Amino acid sequence: MRIFNFFRSAQPPKPESSAHQAKERLQIVMAHERASRDGPDFLPLLQQELLAVIAKYVDVDQNKVEVKLDRVKDVSTLEVNIELPSRRPGTQRHRVTLQGATSS
Amino acid sequence: MGQIIVMTSGKGGVGKTTSSAAFAAGFALRGRKTVVIDFDVGLRNLDLVMGCERRVVFDFINVINGEAKLAQALVKDKRIENLYILPTSQTRDKDALTKEGVEAVMDELRKDFEFIICDSPAGIERGALMALYFADQAIIVTNPEVSSVRDSDRILGMLAARSRRAELGLAPVTEHLLLTRYDPHRVERGEMMTLDDVLDILAIPLLGVIPESPAVLRASNVGLPVIMDESSNAGMAYADAVARFLGENVEHRFVKPTRRGLFSRLLGRPV
Repeated sequence: MRIFNFFRSAQPPKPESSAHQAKERLQIVMAHERASRDGPDFLPLLQQELLAVIAKYVDVDQNKVEVKLDRVKDVSTLEVNIELPSRRPGTQRHRVTLQGATSS
Repeated sequence: MGQIIVMTSGKGGVGKTTSSAAFAAGFALRGRKTVVIDFDVGLRNLDLVMGCERRVVFDFINVINGEAKLAQALVKDKRIENLYILPTSQTRDKDALTKEGVEAVMDELRKDFEFIICDSPAGIERGALMALYFADQAIIVTNPEVSSVRDSDRILGMLAARSRRAELGLAPVTEHLLLTRYDPHRVERGEMMTLDDVLDILAIPLLGVIPESPAVLRASNVGLPVIMDESSNAGMAYADAVARFLGENVEHRFVKPTRRGLFSRLLGRPV
């Protein structure tokens, strides 16, 4: 019945196939999870402490803080964006951006 | 005030997360602001199915514990306007879900979102109970298969007895049946219970029938809600179910076997 399968079966999955994408996505996310399994869940604490330091000097709106973790291949990038209020109304707002990268 | 919808089943592997992703995307595509929450603490998977696994920083548990603001944990979908994902923790366990904590998050989300979809874990323990506790409506995901139907009935019992609405004596949670992985050919051959068989046993209103479809695996492979595969039977069936949920009168498709031509049978590939 499925005579065409005979010719198809021996080939490895094409790089753009959805199955190949599934494997790649899993490898990326699981590599990170396995690496951090025994490590501390540090991000929230890190953010709180960074905020505390900055709040010592300026008024920081908790909702104007953005923390992004991006993973591209072997490199993780942590980006913290904090919008600082302007001292006088009408003047420009300031933005503090902290960036760090680790490779595993 | 937003509506809280729980996607639940009792049994695992019947399509709760697939259906949560599809309904969330479907509501948002129709302009309804929607958030979908992963309640499966410790076994996070909604992020993968929604294709946002690399953008998760904070999660539902961080918010419950006051370690992050809700706005920081919500992941905005990059493809669809009005769609947000609240992922869960991969490291903690179900005990992190306190009733007070979940309630506070729900109260905040209700103000901002029209639909809040709670993707329940399998089982009948804490995670599943917390997912259904605050629900206004429940979508019971069921396969036409003995263990799934029995487990669905068990969950219906929980909704009737242990939900917030039941405890406070309010109007009961509205129930909808979503029959997934339905194979009309096997039904015709008598190998699978019919839609009517399942409706007879569970006796709740039918929201939709999702046919068994290779599109579901393909969609999860690439992190796309299957409803966005508009050419697939499963995608169309989900779009119909979403329309029915929103009050439209849509006829059920994909419940009868299709006659396949010689060529497609030779290829052995269902559409």
